[in-house]
Amino acid sequence: MDSFFLYFTLILTVIIFIPLIRVIKGPTIFDRMLGVGAIGTKTMVLILAFGILYNRLDMFIDITLAYAVLNFIGTIAIAKFLHVRKVKDDSQCP
Amino acid sequence: MIANVLSILFSLLGGFFLLVGSLGLIRLPDFYSRNHATGKSDTLGIMLVLLGFIFYEGLSLNSAKILLILIFVFLTNPTATHALTNAAYYSGLMPYFTGDKKEEEKCTSP
Repeated sequence: MDSFFLYFTLILTVIIFIPLIRVIKGPTIFDRMLGVGAIGTKTMVLILAFGILYNRLDMFIDITLAYAVLNFIGTIAIAKFLHVRKVKDDSQCP
Repeated sequence: MIANVLSILFSLLGGFFLLVGSLGLIRLPDFYSRNHATGKSDTLGIMLVLLGFIFYEGLSLNSAKILLILIFVFLTNPTATHALTNAAYYSGLMPYFTGDKKEEEKCTSP
């Protein structure tokens, strides 16, 4: 059972690197924020798996809860910051 | 014994959904469709993995805390993606569109 969690953590580490591609080459800033949120939510699972692997789950659960709150607040703050109407370019119109 | 089997089953199923969500975040052509992929698939994957961890822990204080984290993720992850989508739509990001663009849509009335 311990080796299962070890290999699960390894596979999860590989999965975390996939949204990093979208963060690097995202066309807009919303794509980058989406990738950052996806990485954060997968990191929560990784921290919990570390807690089971090290037999210190009571400590790592609190870290996971703080990380979840921080991830959510960060995404909401960026979305609130970008919630502005763009000025339309009407110079081409007659 | 059966708790371990259930834990492995739910963890692998959740890992599959996390992988599908990550691949959708890369392969889909548009911001809105990518948001669709990561908003639903990741939430389901994380909930399944945490359910597997609850089965591994058994009845204790730790599993109750993991259940609280599960409820928190279930509430906040779609909220965050909805806020990002709302911000993107409000700031004028157009959806992916295959077809002829009408000329009069470019010059709407000011």
